[in-house]
Amino acid sequence: MPVIEVANLTKRYGRTVALNDIDLSVEEGEVFGFIGPNGAGKTTTLRILLGLLRKNTGDVSVLGKDPWRDAVALHRRLAYVPGDVSLWPNLSGGEVIDLLGRLRGGFERSRRDALIERFKFDPTKPCRTYSTGNRQKVALIAAFVADVELFILDEPTLGLDPLMEAVFRECVAEVKEAGKTVLLSSHILAEVEALCDRISIVREGMIVESGTLAELRHLTRLSISVETVRPIKRLDELPGVHDIRVDGVRAHFSVDAGAINGAIAYLTQFHVRALTSAPPTLEDLFLRHYELETGDRAQ
Amino acid sequence: MIRLILRRDRLVLPIWIALPPLFTLLVVAAFVQLYPTPASQQLLATQLVNSPGFVALLGPVSAPTIGGLTVWRASLFTALIVAGGNALTVIRHTRADEEAGRFELLGSTPVSRGAPLMASLLITLGADVLIAALIASALLAFGLPVAGSVAFGLSVAAIGWTFAALAGVATQLVESAGAARGIAGALFVLFYIARAAGNANTQNGQSWLFWISPLGWMQLVQAFANEDWGVFVLFLGSAVVLTLVALGLASHRDVGAGILAPRAGKASASRRLRGPLGLAWRLHRRTLVAWTTLLALYGALIGYLAKTAVDLLTTNPQLASLFAVFGGASAYTDTLFTFSLTFVGWIVAGYAIAATLRLQSEETARHTDHVLAASVSRLRWVGSDLILVVFGSLVVLVAFGIAAGLVYGLNAGNVGYELPRLLVATLAYLPAIWVVAGIAMALYGLVPRFAFLSWAVLGAFVGIEVIGETLKLSQSVLNISPFNHVPSVLASGLSVMPLVGLTVLAVVLTALGLVGFQYRSIG
Repeated sequence: MPVIEVANLTKRYGRTVALNDIDLSVEEGEVFGFIGPNGAGKTTTLRILLGLLRKNTGDVSVLGKDPWRDAVALHRRLAYVPGDVSLWPNLSGGEVIDLLGRLRGGFERSRRDALIERFKFDPTKPCRTYSTGNRQKVALIAAFVADVELFILDEPTLGLDPLMEAVFRECVAEVKEAGKTVLLSSHILAEVEALCDRISIVREGMIVESGTLAELRHLTRLSISVETVRPIKRLDELPGVHDIRVDGVRAHFSVDAGAINGAIAYLTQFHVRALTSAPPTLEDLFLRHYELETGDRAQ
Repeated sequence: MIRLILRRDRLVLPIWIALPPLFTLLVVAAFVQLYPTPASQQLLATQLVNSPGFVALLGPVSAPTIGGLTVWRASLFTALIVAGGNALTVIRHTRADEEAGRFELLGSTPVSRGAPLMASLLITLGADVLIAALIASALLAFGLPVAGSVAFGLSVAAIGWTFAALAGVATQLVESAGAARGIAGALFVLFYIARAAGNANTQNGQSWLFWISPLGWMQLVQAFANEDWGVFVLFLGSAVVLTLVALGLASHRDVGAGILAPRAGKASASRRLRGPLGLAWRLHRRTLVAWTTLLALYGALIGYLAKTAVDLLTTNPQLASLFAVFGGASAYTDTLFTFSLTFVGWIVAGYAIAATLRLQSEETARHTDHVLAASVSRLRWVGSDLILVVFGSLVVLVAFGIAAGLVYGLNAGNVGYELPRLLVATLAYLPAIWVVAGIAMALYGLVPRFAFLSWAVLGAFVGIEVIGETLKLSQSVLNISPFNHVPSVLASGLSVMPLVGLTVLAVVLTALGLVGFQYRSIG
């Protein structure tokens, strides 16, 4: 049974449509990436899943329950890290971590201390003196210290340095191994690529793509760099080849999945000396959808 | 920067600029209507001058004319509004902006560190000058002497700007906007107590207490009675000194920090911080302690004044016969207590609104999200704050009642009788205060965008009370204010029915707010 099930979710603010018929499904034990540009509706969706916002239409179920009606019972079984954490200025980080842990029903002291150590966090300073990254750490530690089934993380690595991002990824890997489910929203594609099993791309309140990274890659292009002996000519006349950059004997381009063979065959006439290919990054995927929406490219 | 402040405060600024002149206008109009002849003015002035309690609380009447009476009645309220408006404006655009990190945005542009401070001080100066002009015009419109009108207007403006400068210094010293507001508020109360104590001792001539309190200086201006323009030099001098100090501090410290270093926190939470109630207490306790202390001090002051009043009456047979009309010395002290209790009721109602609307600031700051997502029901979250509002208002009132009853009772020699009486009279205000808190809760729960209107509602209630007695408004209008339904325990004993009614109303309003909060989106 899916841990999170969303169907036909719509949310309006007055006349603005924030979410337009969103469908989402997160299975147990997987790490699900929810990506999109700023203002796409990621945070809105997550807050509806948490029972903080009322939906207009659609069905939402989290852990088999209605998040609006059964919020309190549900919240015992999940942990939430909001985007852009804001904390009580006069409390210290340690106090906030303890408070949130106790509110949720208790936590292991040893795990708390271990996490504080791993994140290299100073729990004695008042929250108003923390930088963005440190505030984020408070929320992350408070979430990972909890013994819950589901983690809902909204842009969790905001402000974290690369070292701490690595620690974060370890934590996610650990909970995944323990069989927990993670719903992660981000616009840092490298991170989503590294962590997530399945992905949904949202833009302007609508899901534009959904699936595993492998599935999504099939739909996109391979990125190729080639160096030849003889100068490359008329590469732009080939079908399915895009973003061409030719510099004498060197060329860099991306090619549709179905046109790879034709491109390689064409290049051999210039006597290929070196060839590098890379699978499309999530960024390529993402930007392509962005371009598609603005009608720049035709498939 | 100036344009930024003007734009941001374009709604609030006109309101507090308009209030003092409006109030002054109403008072003048009321006095002109109710005491039209010089003889009636003389009589009223004499009565007031000879009641030490009123003298202490509101200051002496400088001259037995319309002008003198107007200044007497309007001084405190206008001073409060203008000091508050000035201080809050300065704090809002300096420390509060730094706290929110807004200043950092500006700090990277060619704006010096002292710029927000300078800009706020200039704006408040402009506002104060405008207020002075409006007040003077209002008084002149009623044909009052020029010198007095100008003097009073200027004195109000001077108090305002002194508080702007004080707030300026405060914002440089402490790290949080809340602390700065607390300092400004505490200073106002202390200055008021100093003046009141000074007025209580006028038998000993000019008291030194007047010279340490700007509110005392306002009195020394003696508008409408041989105005002492030299006092304005004092105002100007202190304002200049404070401004220089504030600017000097501003250029010496880091953005976001205060001169006074923050204390290190604890690594882990105490045992009390385990639920929303513990959190609410933790966030709230400093404010509660401050209010309790202040009201206890005020209560002690009133208790002391009541005793001096009784002494005066027992040694002065002419006065005593004058007060025989009011029912004798004990009835007189009761009037004094009842009078100051009305103030206390309004003040604690203000505290109750602030405490209730803490919920709103938590929601805007997204703190509510953390708590609700950690498996706390909305009811429990709101309930914790409301428990504190109820408890807090109780504690603060009890502090006042006990302090007043104790001091007066000890002096008068019958604590056992006076203390319970005063305590009950004080506590009778609780249901009215709860109604005001209920209104705030209902607004916050149902239409959070308009929650700030709770202050306007309280202002309307206070306005009805203050103006009502002078303008002799109809009973049905007066009944809008919950304070009007509070029984005068000291005068006519405790009548339970109105208290029950008010409590029921408070519960209903709160329930409405809770329902609204339960079913609306958060944030």
